[in-house]
Amino acid sequence: MSRYVSYRDFDWILLGFVLLICGLGVMEIHSATVHTKFAGAHIKQIYWVVGGVGMMFLMSLVNYQALLDQIHWFYIAGIASLMAVMVFGTRALGAKRWIKIGGSHFQPSEWVKLILILAVAKYFSEMRQRELSWSDFIKGGAMVGVPMLMVLAQPDLGTALTYVPIAVMGVFLGGLQWKQGLSVALVIIVGIGAVFMVPRIHVLKGYQKQRLTSFIDPSLDPKGSGYQVEQSEIAVGSGGLWGGKGSQTHGAFLPVPQTDFIFAAFSEEHGFVGALGVLLLYFIVLMRLTQNAQTAPDRAGTFVVMGVVAVLSFHILVNVGMVVGFMPVTGIPLPLMSYGGSSVLFMFLALGMVMNVRMRRFVN
Amino acid sequence: MFGRDEKVSGIRLTAAQYIILGIFLVLAYRLWQLQVMRSDYYALAAEKNRIRNVPVLAPRGKILDRYGRTIVDNYPSFTALLLRDSSRDLNADADLIAQGLHLDPNEVRARIRRFATMPQYQPIFLKEDITPDDLQFIESHRNELPELDTIMSHRRLYPRNGFMAHLIGYVGEVSEDMLNQPQFELYNPGDVVGKSGVELQYNDLLMGRNGSRQALVDSHGREVGRLGETEAIPGRPLKLTIDIDLQIAAEEQLQGKNGAIVAMDPHTGEILAMASGPTFDPNDFAVRVSRTDWSKLVNDPDKPMLNKAIQAQLAPGSTFKIIMSMAGWQEGIAQNLHVHCNGSADFYGRNSKCWVFFEHRTHGDVDLTKAIYQSCDVFFYTLADKLGINKIAKHATDLGLGQKTGIDLPQEASGLVPSEEWKLKTFRQKWYAGETIFVGIGQGAVTVTPIQLARAISAIAMGGKLVVPHVTNPVDLPPNYVDAAHYLDVKNVAIDPEGWNVITDAMDRVLLPEGTAPSAHIAGIDIAGKTGSAQVVSLENRAKHKNDADLAQNGWFVGFTPKRNPDIVVCALFQGGEHGRLAARLATQVIKAYVEKQRRTPQKMVEKPKTDGTVDIGGLWNDSEPGGSTDALRAGRVAIDLPKKRMPLATAAPGVN
Repeated sequence: MSRYVSYRDFDWILLGFVLLICGLGVMEIHSATVHTKFAGAHIKQIYWVVGGVGMMFLMSLVNYQALLDQIHWFYIAGIASLMAVMVFGTRALGAKRWIKIGGSHFQPSEWVKLILILAVAKYFSEMRQRELSWSDFIKGGAMVGVPMLMVLAQPDLGTALTYVPIAVMGVFLGGLQWKQGLSVALVIIVGIGAVFMVPRIHVLKGYQKQRLTSFIDPSLDPKGSGYQVEQSEIAVGSGGLWGGKGSQTHGAFLPVPQTDFIFAAFSEEHGFVGALGVLLLYFIVLMRLTQNAQTAPDRAGTFVVMGVVAVLSFHILVNVGMVVGFMPVTGIPLPLMSYGGSSVLFMFLALGMVMNVRMRRFVN
Repeated sequence: MFGRDEKVSGIRLTAAQYIILGIFLVLAYRLWQLQVMRSDYYALAAEKNRIRNVPVLAPRGKILDRYGRTIVDNYPSFTALLLRDSSRDLNADADLIAQGLHLDPNEVRARIRRFATMPQYQPIFLKEDITPDDLQFIESHRNELPELDTIMSHRRLYPRNGFMAHLIGYVGEVSEDMLNQPQFELYNPGDVVGKSGVELQYNDLLMGRNGSRQALVDSHGREVGRLGETEAIPGRPLKLTIDIDLQIAAEEQLQGKNGAIVAMDPHTGEILAMASGPTFDPNDFAVRVSRTDWSKLVNDPDKPMLNKAIQAQLAPGSTFKIIMSMAGWQEGIAQNLHVHCNGSADFYGRNSKCWVFFEHRTHGDVDLTKAIYQSCDVFFYTLADKLGINKIAKHATDLGLGQKTGIDLPQEASGLVPSEEWKLKTFRQKWYAGETIFVGIGQGAVTVTPIQLARAISAIAMGGKLVVPHVTNPVDLPPNYVDAAHYLDVKNVAIDPEGWNVITDAMDRVLLPEGTAPSAHIAGIDIAGKTGSAQVVSLENRAKHKNDADLAQNGWFVGFTPKRNPDIVVCALFQGGEHGRLAARLATQVIKAYVEKQRRTPQKMVEKPKTDGTVDIGGLWNDSEPGGSTDALRAGRVAIDLPKKRMPLATAAPGVN
């Protein structure tokens, strides 16, 4: 089959937009870190992007159907690596998230995300009925739920949450029934939703809110609850229509402007026009991905691509939502723009899977 | 049932697209809200974040003596302050701050509340003159407490041991009461203002205007740049008419005593020295005086907070006899009055005793001159009886008694000159002629302050020139400084030159062996003066309560030198000093310090007139104009040998240099 695969079918347009976003990210990382101890981070980011693109091409060569056939082994390996973290993991900032292999640190929760996309795709694409049964629903949920709980125990709520959209997208496309959807949505909205929308809705008292957000990532909020979101809002708002001086970014009022708050830094320096432009680029990328999902050669391919769409959309929603003050501080980076090797690598591997699916759209 | 290759529902894929579109629209709307609709608000918030207004405190003007020697200086220190333009909740941090700076948390909160109505850029001054410990705390909490900062300030350095404390006064933080008064409306909470003395009187000159510096800061409060600076305008230095050397002499004399000494230039009214005892150390209040220390000072029966030179209103005793003499001469009675003193005399059915009665002596035949240098009470009882209270009151008032002298110091007392009208108004009672008798010797209702007495005697010694005492020279003040305009006002009190001659000649004998204070005599210095011993209770009652210190008499002395055309008038009050001659010893030591200092500075000397007869040392008297114009007084000096031992001159007030 692979001889039919050609780079003529590679989604060069998608790659173009993705690299454009990465380019803006590198630019902003440079601007935000130029006078700090992180100066030069943009160079590292370029290396990661280049490396990521390489990984993407490699990934696109492997037939995703072959991967899906072996997915149960990958899934077991993924669970095992998460257990390894729990046992041998190195502790940093109060959480065990990393294992040291050789000289480099490795964060299994990121690649578990990829495995989950594939596993969910495999599981739901092989269902024999149009409508989702409760047992399928619960099995699919458990498939994501188990690793999610393990990541939650690290504790890394941010990453754990990014597993949720994979499951949601799976059950939605897999034939979720209205009553299932409604009842689950109700539980989620009432439960988790109430907890995380608190910065806007003052259901919880200040100290409770603080305790929750501190639990999410204590290192991110040393100056007291709401300070970071407030500074981020000020940064975004002071950017105005066309962008401004960037005093929030350069005066270090904005926390970690090269990673989690890169969108705030960008918005401050490039204004509403710039911020909207970036959102538009992401939207184009997502629509292009959805289009690829529609033209996928089989159900599994669609599920894989839509899994990537779900994770990417969720990241954007939570990260930009945090920057503009809609969401609590969870430490979820903005894919493609935020500084960080794991995040870049994950996105390009995910895109490699999308390319993989696309390049095989005429195969069969 | 459908196969493995069945396509995923297209509707659901489209629905997913719409959900994503929905998410993006919400985010875009929020961006619109923040960046377009409320962009001004956030731009301002960003500016507030990065710009910090730090006040630059203006140093207060130095206080100098007449020769420019430093009396009050400043020294640099650090003040802890709370910046209010940060987004921090100050009340939430109050406990930590109070603990770190060793303050009372409630007081910190009260301060935060007090500043609530002030503009944001106005910081809260928390603690002045912080210790290295406090500074360490502030430096190590830069991140946790970005609103806590320090600035360099200039603190008052007053002379040590309360030297000149009453005249100088002290400074303190402006009080809430003061801020509510219209004349202090320009002051801000936290400003350091004068609270008493010269510091209060000339606060507007001494106080500078604080500047401010707009600093660019990062999120850790570190300064990364500077936008602009409004410079602080330092306060003006204030030159007093005080001569530190004389002040030192006066303070030395009052050491451990209860009383006051005033030295004045009778030509101009310039105060050369002004001391009050016991004293207080204004350096103790410079930071913050504790409640117990304060009430101790206020409730002390010796009243250390009172500037007795201008605030003690006491019976003048026999010093009042000089005023009586002048009144009597001007009314044509004193020069012709001859009294025989038997130690006592009967007036209005009451036997009034002369002070010699208690020494089992009599004065015998007494005229005005003898009555003055021997301080014969019977003579002045008689004179008072002949004058009547209203005439006494008129002349005493002409000489500035019973009214404020107008000295440029706050809270001057006015004293009291009794009259028929006064008694009717105050007590709704008729004046009894018998009361006049005791006013004649400076007892009864009449009270004076040391400064009033110095001024009145100075006027008599100067042939009627009644000056306004002042501690600053108007020429050293800004030209438009209205308050100072009247300091050079001079009133001429009509005094017959002959009477003036007789009275001062008699006063010149007070320190001679035949006078009342020969022990205060200083060889080679020509001092004219008058002692006074004012009773706290009548002498008869006093005899019953022997050795009761509370009932001890107040000693007075007013003297001047030289006898003619004097250069200095000194008034000494020695409360509980028993006898005027003890007060005289205090006063003459100040005069001695003055004369010795004068003699070592080069003077314009005049030739000894080649006429027969005596020459008054220190002055030439030209009485060609019988009208008594003081313009006829011409200063001149004849050479006098300098003493071998020289008194060292001060370079600054003690504790300041």
